[in-house]
Amino acid sequence: MIGGAERLARRQRRLAFALVAPAVLLILVIYVIPMVLVVLTSFTDYSLVSNGFDWIGLENYRHMAEDEQFGNALRNTLVYALVFLPGAFFVPLFLAIAIQSQKRFRSVFEIVYFLPVTSTLTAMALVWSALMDSRQGILNNVLTSAGLPAINFLGSPDVVLYSLAGITLWSIIGFNMVLFLAGLTAIPSSLYDAAEIDGASHPVDRFFKVTWPMLAPTSVFVAVTSSITAFKLFDVVAILTQGKPAHASEVFLYLTFLEGFEYFNMGYSAALSVVFLGVIFLFALVQTLLADRTTHH
Amino acid sequence: MARLTLTDIRKSYGGTEVLRGIDLTVADGEFLSLVGASGCGKSTLLRIISGLESPDAGKIALDGRDVGSATPKERGVAMVFQDYALYPHMSVAQNMAMPLIMARLPMYARLPGARWLTPNHRGTRSGVAAQVERVARQLRIDHLLDRRPAQLSGGQRQRVALGRALVRDPSLFLMDEPLSNLDAKLRVEVRREIVELHRASGLTFVYVTHDQTEAMTMSDRVALLRDGRLLQVAAPGTLYADPASVEVARFVGTPEISLLPAVAEPGGLRIGTVLAPCAHGLTSGRDVIVGLRPEALAPVGMPALQSPGGRGPRLRLELAVEAVEDLGAEVVIHARLRDFPDLAVRMRSQKTLERTGPVPLPDHLTAEAPLSALLMFDAEGQRLRDPAPVQMAGAQ
Repeated sequence: MIGGAERLARRQRRLAFALVAPAVLLILVIYVIPMVLVVLTSFTDYSLVSNGFDWIGLENYRHMAEDEQFGNALRNTLVYALVFLPGAFFVPLFLAIAIQSQKRFRSVFEIVYFLPVTSTLTAMALVWSALMDSRQGILNNVLTSAGLPAINFLGSPDVVLYSLAGITLWSIIGFNMVLFLAGLTAIPSSLYDAAEIDGASHPVDRFFKVTWPMLAPTSVFVAVTSSITAFKLFDVVAILTQGKPAHASEVFLYLTFLEGFEYFNMGYSAALSVVFLGVIFLFALVQTLLADRTTHH
Repeated sequence: MARLTLTDIRKSYGGTEVLRGIDLTVADGEFLSLVGASGCGKSTLLRIISGLESPDAGKIALDGRDVGSATPKERGVAMVFQDYALYPHMSVAQNMAMPLIMARLPMYARLPGARWLTPNHRGTRSGVAAQVERVARQLRIDHLLDRRPAQLSGGQRQRVALGRALVRDPSLFLMDEPLSNLDAKLRVEVRREIVELHRASGLTFVYVTHDQTEAMTMSDRVALLRDGRLLQVAAPGTLYADPASVEVARFVGTPEISLLPAVAEPGGLRIGTVLAPCAHGLTSGRDVIVGLRPEALAPVGMPALQSPGGRGPRLRLELAVEAVEDLGAEVVIHARLRDFPDLAVRMRSQKTLERTGPVPLPDHLTAEAPLSALLMFDAEGQRLRDPAPVQMAGAQ
């Protein structure tokens, strides 16, 4: 004999499971199962051109340690990030503060700087390649007419990473600027009034006593998402340089793509993906931990 | 310590005149409240006094010295904001130390992390810490010094904001609706504390509020603002008993003053069908407004309520009772003139001491007011002081 209350509880439990089922299913199919498959694949020698595969344990990871291309890709990614990140952080911060204090034309500046974000980077990359062309490119025309030596933006191993950083910076500055603007708008104006009363009227004091600490959560978010963006660099490389010249623009994700779909080493490519996943996870962890520490409300 | 003088202060925002010529002097050590409905310009005026905002025209002087172009720091003003405006990323001690750090340390020693790179300023820093602690103890928040504002209650935050303002001996203490974010009980408590603070410090206070009770209970003088003009500046008692206009009379006092349109006649003032037999010196037929404070009017022949005070001839009104609010020690009666239902009056009567229970009230009653309690205004609402409504011999 089941009591009415117990029957109701059981019915509600069933309903609860039924209601979360679609979401759980989607998360499983889209995130969890692919991740598990990638991890499993990374323990095999699975290749797109062979039938069947063997379990080879950690062999792929061991190979990574001695793979020159892996080291090269890591180095390239790091160099690129070191150029890209400061630009992707401080330029938008400066622009946001400058635009914020504008009364007129504020929206004009916002739109102008945000335009690159709305365009398709793959299409814009082609425009950039035309601008950066070593012979007919406008950039080199400008340089030579100013009496400077021409630069082989995309063809020189020493320059190509900086050129790519320049293009991706152009595409991300507007986005980060809008994030900073939102963060600035959220700072209560009475805090600046209080700072003024307390004697902090110099712009440097205003920045370090109010703006910078109040912007901390936004800053963490911008820094972490930009780091992830830097680590994810792929489309511009795929379109403009394909890792050339001489592997000089072969960044981490592009190497992963090459190993998997050009050299058909799916197992090794999966292992690289797992490393990629681990790095992204670390960034996300930092963001979560810092976000809690820097929020005061 | 400072005497504040404002001369013809004007300010507009995009074509809207917010302040239309304010002349005001606040004496050294005085507590002055700026009162008015929202949008009357009181907060703008306070920001202009502080130096956060500059007026379009007019002069600001502290102790006779023109400070029109001085920064808040140079004026030496302290200010408490409505939302407290504490720095959320700093501890209570750091919040309170801010004005001192800004005043005593050079720029390079204020930069983030400079604390460890500038050991030569250690003495200054410990001096600041000592002063912060002294003020914190005075405000009884010394046990909270290490907390962040987010960990404090509203009342505690209020005290920290006061502490930050007090810590550097300001010349002027400005407060912008500092109590409006507190609950009713705490508000009364902090109100008393602020008054106490004013007395102990002897500083000049300018206090902005929309709440007449706050203004009346705390201030030496109250400045009533409306549409960017000062209506009247006077001590709370004067403002109540001797208002300069209908607007002032209506703003001050709860329940509101009863305003009855009247016509001057040779024998007195005619209110509806009643003639108030007072001398007025006005030409016959002139329209005026008669004001009656609620306690000036009292029911006749009700032993449970104290009889109306005052001597001499009286104004008698026949009333129909609309609503009664029994407040325990006193009764507030809302009524209308029986022969003239357009006219509403409010009265407040103390219960007699032996009768504190519920007071049964009839639907109709007669109420009386001494003629000396009548306030007379012209049709535009300006007070008619001369001639004062003196009693006529042998009236009624």
